[in-house]
Amino acid sequence: MSRHVVAKVGEIGSGQRKIIDVGGRRVGVFHSNGEYFALLDRCPHQGASLCSGMLMSLVDSSEPGDYRISRKSEMLRCPWHGWEFDIRTGQSWCEPSKIRVKTYPVSVEPGADLVKGPYVATTYPVSIEDDYVLVEI
Amino acid sequence: MSTPTVVSPGRDNSRPKPVVTGVVDCDIHPSAASPAELWQFLPERWRTYVAKFGTRLPNQPTINIVPYPRMSPGNGMRMDSWPPNGGFPASDLDFMREQLLDACGIEFGIFQPLSGASMSTNLELGAALSIAMNEWQLEKWARQDSRLKAGICIPQEDPEASVAIIERFAGNRDFVHIAVPTRTMEPFGRKRYRPIFAAAERWNLPICMHPPATGYHCNTPTGWASYYLEEHVSLAHPPQTVATSMIMEGIFERFPRLKIVLVEGGFAWVPPLAWRLDNQWRKMRDEVPHVKRPPSEYLREHFWFTTQPVEEAERPSDLLDTIRWIGANRLMFSTDYPHWDFDDPSRAFKVELSAEDHRAIFRENAVALFRLNEKLDEK
Repeated sequence: MSRHVVAKVGEIGSGQRKIIDVGGRRVGVFHSNGEYFALLDRCPHQGASLCSGMLMSLVDSSEPGDYRISRKSEMLRCPWHGWEFDIRTGQSWCEPSKIRVKTYPVSVEPGADLVKGPYVATTYPVSIEDDYVLVEI
Repeated sequence: MSTPTVVSPGRDNSRPKPVVTGVVDCDIHPSAASPAELWQFLPERWRTYVAKFGTRLPNQPTINIVPYPRMSPGNGMRMDSWPPNGGFPASDLDFMREQLLDACGIEFGIFQPLSGASMSTNLELGAALSIAMNEWQLEKWARQDSRLKAGICIPQEDPEASVAIIERFAGNRDFVHIAVPTRTMEPFGRKRYRPIFAAAERWNLPICMHPPATGYHCNTPTGWASYYLEEHVSLAHPPQTVATSMIMEGIFERFPRLKIVLVEGGFAWVPPLAWRLDNQWRKMRDEVPHVKRPPSEYLREHFWFTTQPVEEAERPSDLLDTIRWIGANRLMFSTDYPHWDFDDPSRAFKVELSAEDHRAIFRENAVALFRLNEKLDEK
């Protein structure tokens, strides 16, 4: 496992994502209100580029005629078949115990700490004035 | 370590190279970049007509040619299928080559053309639209890439015009089937459609029946479904009516070489329908004495089924049992590109098929049925 700097804080707006090649994998990094999440960019169903799908809210219902909207922009919907995945856990909404997309730990570190190294495995340009998003792969 | 690269969302760059090659895809929907691209193949009378009155489709009389969006985002299409150079999904040959034919190892792609041609309530316009669709498939696609094979569009509610159109195009081996929607005006075994069956048999062309985007009848047998999910599941209902009607009307006694492909209608329903038909036939055979053999025999001999969307059984072995009953020689792989419910040939089946069954389903059945190994023999 190694940690990779993938973005500067502020680069990925809330509700936005960045898809990158990192550690030999294609990974989507998502930002939601100051929190970051990283998922493998491959749908476990048929292999589509999951992370290029739409971020949706969760809609559920206690009974016919009722509905609730929650989890704003935290459900990732596959661009092929529309399967919904929770960007916090990688779990599929319909089969959370059986079907999930691989997730990776994400952290935010000040550039001043990163330049001390030596544990960050990337050549992403880092300056001590900024904060950075790191993915552990 | 290299600097991470950002890729634009919307393209699938992550899919590993498919392990399958030489695939025949039995369900591709080519599209015009704009309606005008298709209308140029219409004679002036009908070009003017569609500009003023539309294509006269039931339920959707005036809006363009297909009632989308159905499933969005992506407007009913795979979100990544919108061509980078603009236009509608599956309207750009180069992008279709890159994203479908080359990426999925497809050696032959069979078109299931969707248009108003078979559904226009104006039968004369339906005939003109059918001819335009056929000319367009040749000019834009089949003559540009020999992997792509066209289907002869006909206005099936006008059998006389349909036969004339079949006679006009069937000698050209770029056409490998006759395209008819599953929701016809009457059950498809009815007497009025016999001239179409005779022409299909004469030219040794299978009839491919695909669910229409619109139709003469409701999308479920008892009325319009509230939800698209219901409608999508109901795609499996009309093919059962087609099969039952054609068998009970004795069509295959009259046309013993006729071949029917039920496209995108599922296939898990086939065994229980056959059991039910055989059961009732034993009790009421004298009502239909022209049905000389158990109905399941006609079903097995005259029908083929495309696979997409492959049924995903709770116990995968149940799917293998289903395939065993139908016969791996009767299933043909299909992607439904560029629609959102696309199946990828390297991942669609969640069960391990034997090498023999895999070859049959992904290639050999379609090569034999559509005679894809024959040299082009242009009339």
